[in-house]
Amino acid sequence: MIGKVKVLTSGFLTTIQDEGRFGFSKYGVPKSGAMDQLSYHYANLLLNNDPNAACIEWVLQPPTLQFFESCTIVLSGAIIDAFLNDKKIEMYRCVHVHKNDVLKFNFCKKRMYGYIGIKGGFLSKEILTSRSYYKTVTDKFLIVRGDEINYPKTSHENNSLAQIVPPSFNETYRLKCYKGPEFGKLTIEQQKRIINSSFTVSNTSNRMAIQLEERVLNDLDSILTSGVLPGTVQLTPSGKLIVLMRDCQTTGGYPRVLQLTEDSINKIAQKRMGENVLFDLI
Amino acid sequence: MKYELQYRLYSERAILIEWPAEIDEGILEDVLNFKNKILKSKGKVIIEVTSAYNSLLVFYAKAIENVYDEVLMLKELYFSGLKCKSNKKKIWYLPVCYSVEIAQDLRDFSEQKSLTIDAVIDLHTKPIYKVFFIGFLPGFLYLGGLDKKLFLDRKKTPSAHIQKGAVAIGGSQTGIYPTDSPGGWHAIGACPLDFFNPKTPECCYISPGDAIKFISIKENQYNDIKSKVENKIFHPEFKIL
Repeated sequence: MIGKVKVLTSGFLTTIQDEGRFGFSKYGVPKSGAMDQLSYHYANLLLNNDPNAACIEWVLQPPTLQFFESCTIVLSGAIIDAFLNDKKIEMYRCVHVHKNDVLKFNFCKKRMYGYIGIKGGFLSKEILTSRSYYKTVTDKFLIVRGDEINYPKTSHENNSLAQIVPPSFNETYRLKCYKGPEFGKLTIEQQKRIINSSFTVSNTSNRMAIQLEERVLNDLDSILTSGVLPGTVQLTPSGKLIVLMRDCQTTGGYPRVLQLTEDSINKIAQKRMGENVLFDLI
Repeated sequence: MKYELQYRLYSERAILIEWPAEIDEGILEDVLNFKNKILKSKGKVIIEVTSAYNSLLVFYAKAIENVYDEVLMLKELYFSGLKCKSNKKKIWYLPVCYSVEIAQDLRDFSEQKSLTIDAVIDLHTKPIYKVFFIGFLPGFLYLGGLDKKLFLDRKKTPSAHIQKGAVAIGGSQTGIYPTDSPGGWHAIGACPLDFFNPKTPECCYISPGDAIKFISIKENQYNDIKSKVENKIFHPEFKIL
């Protein structure tokens, strides 16, 4: 049996995401997938879902949703006040939803990306082995008002009410990283500048990349275009650093000075404009 | 021919393999051959291999436990005689309309290069280009073989909107935008074809290693082919090499 959730308000840049789309860089297709994979995985873990089950990802302002069949949901990621039929519900625990229930949120208080997980996962169309929205690959690239998204209808008896203490988000600004392939081409002064000082998240920040404010003296030539990954930190001709994120292109020509660990990619994803980060070499 | 390759840990889940930093067809052959070997023998633990001019970025399903063992395995694989089926190489004849009406930067480009528009068209349609890899956008072909007389640095400020099908030049490279996109390359022509369709089993009909020849067409031919492409009744010509 299939249930449907109706989107009453869309929120801001709301999408469907899973672990991502792997094996298609040969066509230039990005990996995509949840920006904060750790929070996303918590939702599926609590629901005892397949780790790759699709969740709704929202940014700063979540959508308002009405569920047409019973189901069980989990909220994870960015910190928010959530209400089911105007009754406050907790994050990081399974919540039973009944037919016609409405899920509403206040504006997000802390962090950036939040997840709405559902027992069995959302059943949007799978393209190239993934449900993650990406323009030109999936038909839809944003959830908009009036959309109806399928999910498997589940009875509450079989769904546990698992919960965990919300992971204390270590508000560290230290990001662990590897030296990038072109790190060695920087002078010692440039290396020190990048490793020893803090950088500010700019307002140019989205699912493709996060640009940092401060400039680094850059006299490196561009490189012969080569592979990049989410978490690759590029030094652009203007001297600004760009941290590539989940929807980043598959190849790039700017020097790759650092590479963030998976854990640090999840952390920087949750940083807002004006927050600081510091790169720590492993 | 075998090359001296550099292996380095790129992230906890990726190893970067590099050839000498050159755009070279011999290197391309070797890169693609090694890529096929990796996918054939390690397809379960290695879930993505991104090839470019002189590199392979090898991405693992999980964190790599022992980097030294993994690099050793890759080195052995490089020198192994493992045979992989490779697709037959093709040459594609792609229609391009070089008209100032459709190509937003053609006039500007010819002025900056002090060439007539006819000379630009001649120089751009003469070579047989090699497809080195697909990257940047889904279906964006990186081509090698551009005539030096057409090299022009990317725009200082990228254009907000380059049209789908734009045939463009950026530095020493030339390529075709498969979708509308911002971009820093100079659009000197327009190709009416589609280059990426995620709903077909092979999302891109053109593969790395294939060759491309551009054929100059008039605006009415461009419009005609474009409407045929929309109705899915146009298929570009090719020959097996």
